[in-house]
Amino acid sequence: MLFDKFQAMADFRAELAEQGVAPFGAVTEEILSATEGIVQGRKVILAGTNNYLGLSYDSRCIAKAQEAAQRWGTGTTGSRVANGSFEGHQALEDEIAAFYGVDHAIAFSTGYAATMGMCATLAGPGDVILLDADSHSSIYSGVKLSGADIIRFKHSNPDDLAKRLRRLGDRAGQALIIAEGIYSMLGDVAPLQEIAAVKREYGGYLLVDEAHSMGVLGESGRGAAQAAGVEDDVDFIVGTFSKSLGSVGGFCVSPHAELENIRFCINAYIFTASSSPSVVASTREALRIISSEPERREQLWRNSHQLYDGLKSLGLKVGPSASPVVAVEFEDHAKTIACWQGLMDQGVYVNLVVPPASPSTNFLLRNSVSAAHSPQQIDTIIAAYASLKDSGLLPSAEHGEG
Amino acid sequence: MVDYQEYLAFIYSALETLNKKQVALSEDTELVGDIGLSSLEVMEFIEKIEDHFDISIPLNILPDVSTIGELAKKIHQLNL
Repeated sequence: MLFDKFQAMADFRAELAEQGVAPFGAVTEEILSATEGIVQGRKVILAGTNNYLGLSYDSRCIAKAQEAAQRWGTGTTGSRVANGSFEGHQALEDEIAAFYGVDHAIAFSTGYAATMGMCATLAGPGDVILLDADSHSSIYSGVKLSGADIIRFKHSNPDDLAKRLRRLGDRAGQALIIAEGIYSMLGDVAPLQEIAAVKREYGGYLLVDEAHSMGVLGESGRGAAQAAGVEDDVDFIVGTFSKSLGSVGGFCVSPHAELENIRFCINAYIFTASSSPSVVASTREALRIISSEPERREQLWRNSHQLYDGLKSLGLKVGPSASPVVAVEFEDHAKTIACWQGLMDQGVYVNLVVPPASPSTNFLLRNSVSAAHSPQQIDTIIAAYASLKDSGLLPSAEHGEG
Repeated sequence: MVDYQEYLAFIYSALETLNKKQVALSEDTELVGDIGLSSLEVMEFIEKIEDHFDISIPLNILPDVSTIGELAKKIHQLNL
Protein backbone atom coordinates (compact mmCIF):
# COMPACT_ATOMS: atom_id res chain seq x y z
CA MET A 1 0.00 0.00 0.00
CA LEU A 2 1.17 3.49 -0.85
CA PHE A 3 0.55 4.76 2.66
CA ASP A 4 2.06 1.85 4.64
CA LYS A 5 5.36 3.63 5.06
CA PHE A 6 3.65 6.38 7.04
CA GLN A 7 2.29 4.00 9.67
CA ALA A 8 5.16 4.57 12.09
CA MET A 9 4.45 8.30 11.97
CA ALA A 10 0.74 7.66 12.46
CA ASP A 11 1.49 5.55 15.53
CA PHE A 12 3.79 8.20 16.99
CA ARG A 13 1.23 10.95 16.44
CA ALA A 14 -1.46 8.82 18.05
CA GLU A 15 0.82 8.30 21.06
CA LEU A 16 1.29 12.07 21.37
CA ALA A 17 -2.44 12.66 21.03
CA GLU A 18 -3.11 10.13 23.78
CA GLN A 19 -0.83 12.13 26.06
CA GLY A 20 -2.59 15.34 25.00
CA VAL A 21 0.67 16.83 23.69
CA ALA A 22 1.10 18.60 20.35
CA PRO A 23 4.76 19.59 20.05
CA PHE A 24 5.04 19.59 16.27
CA GLY A 25 3.66 22.56 14.40
CA ALA A 26 2.48 24.24 17.60
CA VAL A 27 0.64 27.30 16.36
CA THR A 28 1.86 30.70 17.47
CA GLU A 29 -1.29 32.75 17.79
CA GLU A 30 0.42 36.03 18.49
CA ILE A 31 3.94 37.43 18.55
CA LEU A 32 4.47 39.83 21.45
CA SER A 33 8.18 40.50 20.97
CA ALA A 34 11.28 38.76 19.62
CA THR A 35 11.21 36.51 22.68
CA GLU A 36 7.54 36.22 23.68
CA GLY A 37 4.40 34.95 22.02
CA ILE A 38 1.07 33.28 22.56
CA VAL A 39 1.39 29.60 21.70
CA GLN A 40 -1.47 27.14 22.18
CA GLY A 41 -3.37 29.82 24.06
CA ARG A 42 -0.57 30.48 26.53
CA LYS A 43 1.92 33.33 26.89
CA VAL A 44 5.36 31.77 26.56
CA ILE A 45 9.02 32.70 26.38
CA LEU A 46 10.19 31.66 22.93
CA ALA A 47 13.25 29.50 23.59
CA GLY A 48 12.92 27.29 20.55
CA THR A 49 13.52 29.64 17.64
CA ASN A 50 16.62 30.46 15.63
CA ASN A 51 16.21 34.17 16.21
CA TYR A 52 19.78 34.42 17.48
CA LEU A 53 20.16 38.19 17.25
CA GLY A 54 16.52 39.04 17.92
CA LEU A 55 16.05 40.80 14.59
CA SER A 56 12.75 39.23 13.53
CA TYR A 57 10.87 42.00 15.31
CA ASP A 58 13.29 44.89 14.83
CA SER A 59 11.44 48.10 14.00
CA ARG A 60 14.03 49.15 11.39
CA CYS A 61 13.72 45.84 9.52
CA ILE A 62 9.93 46.03 9.69
CA ALA A 63 9.97 49.59 8.33
CA LYS A 64 12.16 48.57 5.38
CA ALA A 65 9.86 45.63 4.63
CA GLN A 66 6.82 47.90 4.70
CA GLU A 67 8.45 50.45 2.37
CA ALA A 68 9.45 47.73 -0.07
CA ALA A 69 6.00 46.13 -0.12
CA GLN A 70 4.49 49.55 -0.80
CA ARG A 71 6.89 50.30 -3.61
CA TRP A 72 7.48 46.90 -5.21
CA GLY A 73 4.36 44.90 -4.32
CA THR A 74 3.92 41.71 -2.35
CA GLY A 75 5.70 39.25 -4.62
CA THR A 76 7.84 38.96 -7.73
CA THR A 77 5.69 36.24 -9.32
CA GLY A 78 8.68 34.77 -11.08
CA SER A 79 12.09 33.17 -11.11
CA ARG A 80 15.35 35.05 -10.76
CA VAL A 81 16.23 33.97 -14.32
CA ALA A 82 12.96 35.33 -15.72
CA ASN A 83 11.02 38.30 -14.35
CA GLY A 84 11.95 37.83 -10.67
CA SER A 85 15.24 39.73 -10.38
CA PHE A 86 14.44 43.11 -8.89
CA GLU A 87 16.93 45.80 -7.94
CA GLY A 88 16.80 44.62 -4.32
CA HIS A 89 17.86 41.05 -5.15
CA GLN A 90 20.91 42.33 -6.97
CA ALA A 91 21.75 44.72 -4.14
CA LEU A 92 21.34 41.94 -1.57
CA GLU A 93 23.77 39.74 -3.50
CA ASP A 94 26.30 42.58 -3.70
CA GLU A 95 25.94 43.26 0.00
CA ILE A 96 26.21 39.65 1.14
CA ALA A 97 29.31 39.21 -1.05
CA ALA A 98 30.82 42.38 0.47
CA PHE A 99 29.95 41.14 3.99
CA TYR A 100 31.98 38.00 3.27
CA GLY A 101 34.76 39.85 1.44
CA VAL A 102 34.31 37.88 -1.79
CA ASP A 103 33.16 38.83 -5.27
CA HIS A 104 30.37 36.36 -5.94
CA ALA A 105 27.04 35.63 -4.29
CA ILE A 106 23.71 34.04 -5.09
CA ALA A 107 20.54 34.78 -3.13
CA PHE A 108 18.01 31.96 -2.90
CA SER A 109 14.39 31.92 -1.81
CA THR A 110 15.07 29.71 1.22
CA GLY A 111 18.09 28.43 3.11
CA TYR A 112 17.06 24.86 2.31
CA ALA A 113 17.06 25.70 -1.40
CA ALA A 114 20.50 27.32 -1.12
CA THR A 115 22.15 24.36 0.58
CA MET A 116 20.28 21.66 -1.27
CA GLY A 117 20.75 23.45 -4.59
CA MET A 118 24.48 23.97 -4.20
CA CYS A 119 25.10 20.40 -3.00
CA ALA A 120 23.01 18.99 -5.85
CA THR A 121 24.75 21.06 -8.50
CA LEU A 122 28.42 21.43 -7.59
CA ALA A 123 29.15 17.72 -7.93
CA GLY A 124 27.68 15.35 -10.49
CA PRO A 125 27.94 11.77 -11.70
CA GLY A 126 31.57 10.65 -11.54
CA ASP A 127 32.44 13.18 -8.83
CA VAL A 128 32.76 12.40 -5.16
CA ILE A 129 31.32 14.17 -2.14
CA LEU A 130 32.56 13.72 1.44
CA LEU A 131 30.04 14.91 3.96
CA ASP A 132 29.91 15.02 7.74
CA ALA A 133 27.71 12.19 9.02
CA ASP A 134 25.54 14.60 11.03
CA SER A 135 24.84 16.92 8.10
CA HIS A 136 21.51 18.69 7.81
CA SER A 137 18.71 17.19 5.74
CA SER A 138 19.17 19.85 3.04
CA ILE A 139 22.73 18.58 2.50
CA TYR A 140 21.67 14.93 2.35
CA SER A 141 18.86 15.79 -0.07
CA GLY A 142 21.22 17.76 -2.27
CA VAL A 143 24.00 15.20 -2.48
CA LYS A 144 21.45 12.50 -3.24
CA LEU A 145 20.21 14.53 -6.20
CA SER A 146 23.74 15.21 -7.42
CA GLY A 147 24.37 11.69 -8.71
CA ALA A 148 27.90 11.85 -7.28
CA ASP A 149 29.47 9.16 -5.10
CA ILE A 150 28.56 10.05 -1.51
CA ILE A 151 30.96 9.19 1.29
CA ARG A 152 30.28 10.08 4.91
CA PHE A 153 33.00 10.91 7.40
CA LYS A 154 32.49 10.61 11.15
CA HIS A 155 30.93 13.67 12.70
CA SER A 156 33.49 16.46 13.18
CA ASN A 157 36.32 13.96 12.81
CA PRO A 158 39.16 15.35 10.64
CA ASP A 159 41.16 12.11 10.97
CA ASP A 160 38.31 10.12 9.46
CA LEU A 161 38.00 12.72 6.69
CA ALA A 162 41.74 12.41 6.00
CA LYS A 163 41.49 8.61 5.90
CA ARG A 164 38.69 8.77 3.38
CA LEU A 165 40.46 11.32 1.20
CA ARG A 166 43.57 9.14 1.23
CA ARG A 167 41.47 6.18 0.08
CA LEU A 168 40.27 8.24 -2.89
CA GLY A 169 43.77 8.51 -4.34
CA ASP A 170 43.79 10.75 -7.40
CA ARG A 171 40.10 11.57 -7.02
CA ALA A 172 40.73 13.46 -3.75
CA GLY A 173 41.84 16.62 -5.52
CA GLN A 174 38.42 17.05 -7.12
CA ALA A 175 36.31 15.97 -4.14
CA LEU A 176 33.71 18.23 -2.57
CA ILE A 177 34.02 18.28 1.23
CA ILE A 178 30.97 19.44 3.19
CA ALA A 179 30.85 20.54 6.81
CA GLU A 180 28.71 22.88 8.87
CA GLY A 181 29.72 25.73 11.16
CA ILE A 182 27.47 25.15 14.16
CA TYR A 183 25.46 21.92 14.02
CA SER A 184 21.82 22.81 14.44
CA MET A 185 20.63 20.12 16.82
CA LEU A 186 23.36 19.86 19.46
CA GLY A 187 24.97 23.26 18.91
CA ASP A 188 28.52 21.93 18.57
CA VAL A 189 31.04 23.84 16.43
CA ALA A 190 32.89 22.04 13.63
CA PRO A 191 36.70 21.78 13.96
CA LEU A 192 37.22 23.84 10.81
CA GLN A 193 40.91 24.56 11.41
CA GLU A 194 41.64 20.84 11.33
CA ILE A 195 39.25 20.17 8.44
CA ALA A 196 40.88 22.97 6.43
CA ALA A 197 44.31 21.50 7.19
CA VAL A 198 43.16 18.13 5.83
CA LYS A 199 41.86 19.85 2.71
CA ARG A 200 45.21 21.59 2.24
CA GLU A 201 46.98 18.22 2.49
CA TYR A 202 44.77 16.22 0.14
CA GLY A 203 43.14 18.86 -2.04
CA GLY A 204 39.46 19.12 -2.89
CA TYR A 205 36.89 21.86 -2.48
CA LEU A 206 35.39 22.86 0.85
CA LEU A 207 31.78 23.94 1.33
CA VAL A 208 30.73 25.17 4.77
CA ASP A 209 27.11 25.62 5.81
CA GLU A 210 27.04 28.60 8.17
CA ALA A 211 23.25 28.57 8.65
CA HIS A 212 23.49 28.53 12.46
CA SER A 213 26.84 30.30 12.80
CA MET A 214 26.40 33.39 10.61
CA GLY A 215 25.90 36.37 12.90
CA VAL A 216 26.90 34.19 15.83
CA LEU A 217 30.60 33.43 15.38
CA GLY A 218 33.58 35.34 13.98
CA GLU A 219 34.88 38.83 14.54
CA SER A 220 32.40 40.39 12.13
CA GLY A 221 29.79 37.63 12.36
CA ARG A 222 30.69 35.75 9.19
CA GLY A 223 30.58 32.46 11.03
CA ALA A 224 32.70 29.52 12.09
CA ALA A 225 35.21 29.75 9.24
CA GLN A 226 36.02 33.32 10.21
CA ALA A 227 36.25 32.37 13.89
CA ALA A 228 38.67 29.56 12.97
CA GLY A 229 40.73 31.84 10.70
CA VAL A 230 40.35 29.55 7.69
CA GLU A 231 38.16 31.56 5.31
CA ASP A 232 40.87 31.37 2.63
CA ASP A 233 40.49 27.59 2.60
CA VAL A 234 36.73 27.69 2.09
CA ASP A 235 35.49 27.57 -1.50
CA PHE A 236 31.78 27.97 -0.86
CA ILE A 237 29.82 29.26 2.11
CA VAL A 238 26.11 28.64 2.19
CA GLY A 239 23.72 30.02 4.75
CA THR A 240 20.31 31.33 5.51
CA PHE A 241 18.56 34.63 6.12
CA SER A 242 16.01 32.96 8.39
CA LYS A 243 18.02 32.75 11.57
CA SER A 244 20.33 35.61 12.63
CA LEU A 245 18.83 37.88 9.97
CA GLY A 246 15.25 37.19 11.06
CA SER A 247 13.66 36.90 7.61
CA VAL A 248 13.70 34.06 5.09
CA GLY A 249 15.94 33.10 2.17
CA GLY A 250 19.40 31.66 1.65
CA PHE A 251 22.70 32.40 0.01
CA CYS A 252 25.93 31.05 -1.37
CA VAL A 253 29.10 33.14 -1.52
CA SER A 254 32.38 32.19 -3.13
CA PRO A 255 35.67 33.64 -4.33
CA HIS A 256 35.30 31.51 -7.48
CA ALA A 257 34.07 33.41 -10.55
CA GLU A 258 32.54 30.11 -11.74
CA LEU A 259 29.70 30.73 -9.31
CA GLU A 260 28.19 33.01 -11.96
CA ASN A 261 27.90 30.02 -14.33
CA ILE A 262 26.84 27.61 -11.63
CA ARG A 263 23.93 29.97 -10.82
CA PHE A 264 22.24 29.09 -14.12
CA CYS A 265 22.54 25.35 -13.47
CA ILE A 266 20.83 25.21 -10.06
CA ASN A 267 17.26 23.96 -10.34
CA ALA A 268 16.42 25.16 -6.84
CA TYR A 269 17.32 28.68 -8.01
CA ILE A 270 15.87 28.58 -11.51
CA PHE A 271 12.56 26.82 -11.00
CA THR A 272 11.16 28.75 -8.06
CA ALA A 273 9.91 32.29 -7.48
CA SER A 274 12.39 34.76 -6.05
CA SER A 275 12.02 36.24 -2.57
CA SER A 276 9.35 38.87 -1.98
CA PRO A 277 10.62 42.47 -2.09
CA SER A 278 9.68 43.00 1.58
CA VAL A 279 11.75 39.97 2.59
CA VAL A 280 14.73 41.20 0.58
CA ALA A 281 14.47 44.66 2.14
CA SER A 282 14.31 43.44 5.74
CA THR A 283 17.19 41.04 5.08
CA ARG A 284 19.37 43.86 3.75
CA GLU A 285 18.59 45.99 6.79
CA ALA A 286 19.33 43.10 9.15
CA LEU A 287 22.65 42.51 7.40
CA ARG A 288 23.51 46.17 7.91
CA ILE A 289 22.55 45.91 11.59
CA ILE A 290 24.62 42.80 12.34
CA SER A 291 27.62 44.53 10.79
CA SER A 292 27.17 47.70 12.81
CA GLU A 293 25.96 46.28 16.16
CA PRO A 294 28.46 43.66 17.35
CA GLU A 295 27.11 44.09 20.87
CA ARG A 296 24.18 41.86 19.84
CA ARG A 297 26.60 38.98 19.32
CA GLU A 298 28.25 39.68 22.67
CA GLN A 299 24.86 39.63 24.42
CA LEU A 300 23.94 36.40 22.62
CA TRP A 301 27.03 34.69 24.01
CA ARG A 302 26.43 36.01 27.53
CA ASN A 303 22.90 34.60 27.35
CA SER A 304 24.16 31.32 25.88
CA HIS A 305 26.62 30.82 28.74
CA GLN A 306 23.95 31.67 31.28
CA LEU A 307 21.54 29.05 29.93
CA TYR A 308 24.21 26.41 29.31
CA ASP A 309 25.72 26.81 32.77
CA GLY A 310 22.27 26.81 34.38
CA LEU A 311 21.09 23.63 32.68
CA LYS A 312 24.41 21.92 33.20
CA SER A 313 24.32 22.71 36.91
CA LEU A 314 20.97 20.89 37.08
CA GLY A 315 22.82 17.77 35.96
CA LEU A 316 21.27 17.63 32.52
CA LYS A 317 23.04 16.04 29.58
CA VAL A 318 24.00 19.06 27.49
CA GLY A 319 26.64 19.49 24.76
CA PRO A 320 30.39 19.79 25.36
CA SER A 321 30.46 23.59 25.40
CA ALA A 322 28.21 26.63 25.52
CA SER A 323 26.50 27.62 22.30
CA PRO A 324 23.35 29.49 21.28
CA VAL A 325 21.82 26.03 20.76
CA VAL A 326 21.63 24.23 24.10
CA ALA A 327 20.18 20.77 23.60
CA VAL A 328 19.30 18.40 26.43
CA GLU A 329 19.46 14.72 25.48
CA PHE A 330 17.16 12.01 26.81
CA GLU A 331 17.00 8.27 26.24
CA ASP A 332 13.49 8.03 27.69
CA HIS A 333 11.19 9.20 24.91
CA ALA A 334 7.96 9.36 26.92
CA LYS A 335 9.64 11.40 29.63
CA THR A 336 11.01 13.85 27.05
CA ILE A 337 7.54 14.46 25.68
CA ALA A 338 6.18 14.97 29.20
CA CYS A 339 9.01 17.43 29.92
CA TRP A 340 8.22 19.39 26.75
CA GLN A 341 4.62 19.77 27.93
CA GLY A 342 5.82 20.55 31.45
CA LEU A 343 7.88 23.44 30.11
CA MET A 344 4.92 24.70 28.06
CA ASP A 345 2.75 24.58 31.18
CA GLN A 346 5.29 26.87 32.83
CA GLY A 347 5.34 29.29 29.90
CA VAL A 348 8.50 28.12 28.12
CA TYR A 349 8.44 26.99 24.50
CA VAL A 350 11.37 24.84 23.32
CA ASN A 351 11.77 22.41 20.41
CA LEU A 352 11.11 18.71 20.82
CA VAL A 353 13.46 16.91 18.45
CA VAL A 354 13.12 13.24 17.55
CA PRO A 355 15.07 10.99 15.14
CA PRO A 356 15.99 11.39 12.34
CA ALA A 357 16.34 15.10 13.15
CA SER A 358 18.32 14.21 16.27
CA PRO A 359 21.68 12.62 15.46
CA SER A 360 21.13 9.48 17.57
CA THR A 361 18.17 7.50 18.84
CA ASN A 362 17.85 9.98 21.71
CA PHE A 363 15.15 12.61 21.90
CA LEU A 364 16.20 16.22 22.47
CA LEU A 365 14.77 19.27 24.10
CA ARG A 366 16.44 21.90 21.98
CA ASN A 367 16.70 25.33 23.55
CA SER A 368 17.89 28.21 21.46
CA VAL A 369 19.08 31.49 22.84
CA SER A 370 18.52 34.97 21.48
CA ALA A 371 20.42 38.18 22.13
CA ALA A 372 16.97 39.62 22.81
CA HIS A 373 16.37 37.32 25.81
CA SER A 374 16.76 39.17 29.09
CA PRO A 375 18.82 37.55 31.85
CA GLN A 376 15.55 37.24 33.78
CA GLN A 377 13.97 35.27 30.94
CA ILE A 378 16.95 32.91 30.88
CA ASP A 379 16.57 32.46 34.63
CA THR A 380 12.89 31.65 34.10
CA ILE A 381 13.81 28.96 31.55
CA ILE A 382 16.33 27.42 33.95
CA ALA A 383 13.80 27.59 36.80
CA ALA A 384 11.24 25.76 34.64
CA TYR A 385 13.70 22.90 34.13
CA ALA A 386 14.54 22.92 37.85
CA SER A 387 10.86 22.59 38.68
CA LEU A 388 10.57 19.57 36.37
CA LYS A 389 13.50 18.07 38.18
CA ASP A 390 11.82 18.66 41.55
CA SER A 391 8.70 16.93 40.26
CA GLY A 392 10.76 13.88 39.30
CA LEU A 393 10.39 14.24 35.53
CA LEU A 394 14.00 15.18 34.93
CA PRO A 395 16.92 12.90 35.69
CA SER A 396 19.11 13.28 38.74
CA ALA A 397 22.48 15.04 38.57
CA GLU A 398 24.28 11.75 39.17
CA HIS A 399 23.04 10.20 35.96
CA GLY A 400 22.63 13.20 33.72
CA GLU A 401 20.29 11.14 31.62
CA GLY A 402 16.60 10.60 31.13
CA MET B 1 43.17 -7.70 -5.36
CA VAL B 2 40.46 -8.87 -2.99
CA ASP B 3 38.03 -11.33 -4.54
CA TYR B 4 34.30 -11.74 -4.05
CA GLN B 5 34.63 -14.71 -1.67
CA GLU B 6 36.93 -12.75 0.59
CA TYR B 7 34.40 -9.91 0.87
CA LEU B 8 31.68 -12.44 1.52
CA ALA B 9 33.65 -14.17 4.26
CA PHE B 10 34.32 -10.92 6.05
CA ILE B 11 30.68 -9.86 5.79
CA TYR B 12 29.65 -13.11 7.49
CA SER B 13 32.11 -12.57 10.30
CA ALA B 14 31.19 -8.89 10.71
CA LEU B 15 27.54 -9.83 11.05
CA GLU B 16 28.13 -12.30 13.89
CA THR B 17 27.60 -9.77 16.69
CA LEU B 18 24.77 -7.99 14.89
CA ASN B 19 22.82 -11.16 14.07
CA LYS B 20 20.79 -11.10 17.28
CA LYS B 21 18.04 -13.34 15.92
CA GLN B 22 20.67 -15.92 14.93
CA VAL B 23 19.36 -16.11 11.37
CA ALA B 24 21.17 -18.67 9.19
CA LEU B 25 23.35 -16.54 6.90
CA SER B 26 23.66 -17.06 3.16
CA GLU B 27 24.19 -14.88 0.10
CA ASP B 28 20.41 -14.49 -0.13
CA THR B 29 19.93 -13.31 3.46
CA GLU B 30 18.51 -9.79 3.59
CA LEU B 31 20.39 -7.41 5.88
CA VAL B 32 17.33 -5.48 7.00
CA GLY B 33 14.46 -7.80 6.10
CA ASP B 34 15.92 -11.01 7.60
CA ILE B 35 18.59 -9.95 10.09
CA GLY B 36 16.68 -6.82 11.11
CA LEU B 37 19.58 -4.35 11.10
CA SER B 38 18.55 -0.81 12.07
CA SER B 39 19.81 2.10 10.00
CA LEU B 40 22.45 2.88 12.65
CA GLU B 41 23.57 -0.77 12.70
CA VAL B 42 23.84 -0.77 8.91
CA MET B 43 26.20 2.22 9.10
CA GLU B 44 28.32 0.59 11.83
CA PHE B 45 28.49 -2.61 9.82
CA ILE B 46 29.48 -0.78 6.63
CA GLU B 47 32.19 1.05 8.56
CA LYS B 48 33.62 -2.26 9.80
CA ILE B 49 33.93 -3.45 6.20
CA GLU B 50 35.46 -0.14 5.12
CA ASP B 51 38.11 -0.18 7.83
CA HIS B 52 38.96 -3.84 7.32
CA PHE B 53 39.59 -3.46 3.58
CA ASP B 54 40.69 0.21 3.79
CA ILE B 55 38.05 1.29 1.30
CA SER B 56 35.11 3.70 1.29
CA ILE B 57 31.68 2.42 0.31
CA PRO B 58 29.58 5.23 -1.17
CA LEU B 59 26.14 5.68 0.39
CA ASN B 60 24.56 5.88 -3.03
CA ILE B 61 25.14 2.18 -3.72
CA LEU B 62 23.14 1.11 -0.67
CA PRO B 63 19.60 1.52 -2.08
CA ASP B 64 20.45 -1.21 -4.63
CA VAL B 65 21.61 -3.62 -1.96
CA SER B 66 19.36 -5.78 0.16
CA THR B 67 21.13 -9.15 0.51
CA ILE B 68 24.58 -10.19 1.73
CA GLY B 69 25.46 -11.43 -1.77
CA GLU B 70 24.44 -8.15 -3.40
CA LEU B 71 26.59 -6.20 -0.97
CA ALA B 72 29.66 -8.39 -1.56
CA LYS B 73 29.13 -8.10 -5.31
CA LYS B 74 28.80 -4.29 -5.21
CA ILE B 75 31.92 -3.87 -3.09
CA HIS B 76 33.81 -6.22 -5.37
CA GLN B 77 32.73 -4.25 -8.46
CA LEU B 78 33.70 -0.95 -6.84
CA ASN B 79 37.20 -2.12 -6.11
CA LEU B 80 38.09 -4.01 -9.28
